[in-house]
Amino acid sequence: MQHTAEIEEEATLTDIASILTTFEKGRGSLIPILQMIQEKHKYLSALALQMVAKHLKMSACEVYGVATFYNQFRFYPPGKHQIKVCLGTACHVRGGDIILENFERKLEINVGETTPDREFSIDRVACVGCCALAPVSIIDDTVYGHMAPSKVEGLILGFEIEKEREKREKKKSESE
Amino acid sequence: MNQNSKVKLNEIFTSIKAEAETRLKDISGDNSQNIFIGMATCGRASGAVEVKATFEEALIERKINAHIIPVGCLGHCYGEPLVIIDKPGFPPILYQNVTPGKARLLVKAYLEEGDPVFEHVLGAMEENDMIPAVMEFPRFNQEKRVVMANCGLINPEDIYQYIAKGGYSALVKALALEPEKIINEIQESGLRGRGGAGFLTGMKWQVVQDSEEKDKIVICNADEGDPGAYMDRTILESNPHQVIEGMAITAYAVGANRAIVYVRAEYPLAVEMIKKAIGQAKEIKLSGEGILGTNFNLDIAVFQGSGAFVCGEETALIQSIQGKRGMPQLRPPYPAQRGLWGKPTVINNVKTLASLPPIFENGAKWFRGIGTDKSPGTAIFSVVGNIVHAGLVEIPMGVTLRALIFDICGGIPNGKKFKAVQIGGPSGGCLPDDFLDTPIDFDSLNQAGAMMGSGGMVVMDEDACMIDVARYFLDFTQKESCGKCTFCRIGTKHLLDILDRITKGEGREGDIELLEDLSMDIKNGSLCGLGKTAPNPVLTTVKYFRDEYEAHIREKRCPAMMCRTLTAYFIDLDKCARGCDACVGSCPTEAIFTTKNRKKGIDQTLCVKCGECMVSCPPEYDAVRKVSPPELAPKIERPKEE
Ligand SMILES: Cc1cc2nc3c(=O)[nH]c(=O)nc-3n(C[C@H](O)[C@H](O)[C@H](O)COP(=O)(O)O)c2cc1C
Ligand code: FES
Repeated sequence: MQHTAEIEEEATLTDIASILTTFEKGRGSLIPILQMIQEKHKYLSALALQMVAKHLKMSACEVYGVATFYNQFRFYPPGKHQIKVCLGTACHVRGGDIILENFERKLEINVGETTPDREFSIDRVACVGCCALAPVSIIDDTVYGHMAPSKVEGLILGFEIEKEREKREKKKSESE
Repeated sequence: MNQNSKVKLNEIFTSIKAEAETRLKDISGDNSQNIFIGMATCGRASGAVEVKATFEEALIERKINAHIIPVGCLGHCYGEPLVIIDKPGFPPILYQNVTPGKARLLVKAYLEEGDPVFEHVLGAMEENDMIPAVMEFPRFNQEKRVVMANCGLINPEDIYQYIAKGGYSALVKALALEPEKIINEIQESGLRGRGGAGFLTGMKWQVVQDSEEKDKIVICNADEGDPGAYMDRTILESNPHQVIEGMAITAYAVGANRAIVYVRAEYPLAVEMIKKAIGQAKEIKLSGEGILGTNFNLDIAVFQGSGAFVCGEETALIQSIQGKRGMPQLRPPYPAQRGLWGKPTVINNVKTLASLPPIFENGAKWFRGIGTDKSPGTAIFSVVGNIVHAGLVEIPMGVTLRALIFDICGGIPNGKKFKAVQIGGPSGGCLPDDFLDTPIDFDSLNQAGAMMGSGGMVVMDEDACMIDVARYFLDFTQKESCGKCTFCRIGTKHLLDILDRITKGEGREGDIELLEDLSMDIKNGSLCGLGKTAPNPVLTTVKYFRDEYEAHIREKRCPAMMCRTLTAYFIDLDKCARGCDACVGSCPTEAIFTTKNRKKGIDQTLCVKCGECMVSCPPEYDAVRKVSPPELAPKIERPKEE
């Protein structure tokens, strides 16, 4: 029997192959292709980059060189909850780095990393356009304004409680 | 264009306009009530989505008939979520900081019972005898809305609302003119590029128009990489059609048939809005093949930028569309000569393009009447930081910094003193209060050592450390340097290292001179604007705040008490109340302990200096103190565990 992770990976690669066919083979398609893959699969795996290189008849290192040049692309899977801490100018002036540190300390990972259980990842972003609410953090798609270290604790606690609840409900429905 | 097609052009547009007006009547007929909700990114971040949902629910519950119209950003981000309610018999009223609770209240009290709930009103949108009009406030009446005239007042997802407000009629006017006439008009208007450098738009266009090449391209630069500015995004989110109209005028004038909007992928809402707008324009023949029945074609595409600051630079931007790393290229050839795919290319900023429809609508002379002689028109800033009325402000060029910061934006909150204003983002500079009377225009700001740049403006009060600010921008430019020029790549890294040292109390004699020397070398040794301007935040702070550098280096002291290595918190035992545990609970690292008489002390080895205890200490005790250098904090031992 195949491992589920392997089945998943195969499905991903088939999907990437089908994404590739929808683009022209010119070099100008490179960045739109990378964006499309990341949008659907959250990150660019080494295999995906190789497939792109083959499709565009470029060397893999050239593709990697372009992809790593841009801030948008990530090369590891993000957490289930993506935490983005704004370090734009206004948020910096109001202590955005302190908020970032608190997330890092609480989750025991550094910015740019994902927790071992893949629940959370932390990234820094520049101005999300709500400077009036600085300092700002975004978790998944929700913007949290006027952040404070105590709010960081509260938010993470909220997610943990939610997870516990889900677990319990799952158990309950299984036992029924 | 011959007389015949001019007549046809006008005919087609008249029917589109009639359609727009009919649709407008449907929603704003005599008896209909309208609720306009600001739904740009800033509004959504403050909860506009929930507010909209609550309005929808409440209207159904109370069986009230009203249209909900999502609009863009008014620029008054301090008041988001903003809602305008237009009810027959009343002037349209602007409400600020609307929560779901307020939304319910407004539906019941105002829409149902006719009481406008004065305590939540910001002002009326028109003169009347009932409610003070917003135009009586400086934040409104000292602004001059040219580019942002319709932002926050129309639904960006509905092309007809823009047309009903007079949109696309400038394009109709332009299409009836010879391209040379259009370029003349722009040259007469004196319009300068709003992307930072202030290059004359008409001159750039002339080069492209003169080119023999048939295939020409227009690019709208919406990369907006400044980490503290969001004007371009707001315009795309709030009124994308004005930008499309500007692009069409540009393309017609220079003879291009292809256009690209280069917008950051981090701006998902802006991407969605501009894509939708392009689709709608195409549907009613305002773009695509045979625009308005003429033989002018324009295909508009969207390219999403992948988040590199340097890609805002025009040659790097072109590289990135071509699938390469975004590295600036030697100019000449300028993009206007050989740009994207080697074709003559006009690259203009969003605001430059959005200025075009008003110029054609009202004429070059009118435009010249706004602003100053050398910098006609308006400037848009995102004014943020320690400021009362943060948000986007559009002012005529030539207004002084003082008027902008104190009169229009309400000055510094919490009774603090103004210290400096940072203008132009990572390429700009910090100006102290001596410069408050500097008029805002391209040349005056350059002279002062700042620059118009991106239009980011961060106001800082007495609690801001200037070295920290310089360090922040250097950290940014150092990471964003593309790596092509050695001075930019390595020089900015060294600048940052020195600043890092200084903020940590490890500064040495001679550091200031070293910073100055290195800055000049980086300026001279870099190819593109990124390196040429990256040292500006350092140079201006050294020039205007030298004493602060000296305090850090010689006394190991941060006068603003911002640099964390150089400060310490302690608890004033005379003021600390016994038994109150507010600070203990607030500390994220359990650095606060209880000593004799149940008073509190801070373990300096655990303290991360986040300031939470200071915030949480009840104001009646106000016992937490901050000092610099840290040695000034009294030493209190943690009692041994029993
Ligand atoms: C490092 C750097 C970043 C830039 N970023 C932007 C930007 O985000 N948006 C923009 O319109 N222009 C930016 N520019 C200026 C462009 O190179 C170009 O001058 C501008 O888009 C021309 O448009 P305009 O004539 O309408 O100002 C940047 C320049 C440099 C050197
Ligand atoms: S700087 Fe954080 S939202 Fe603008």
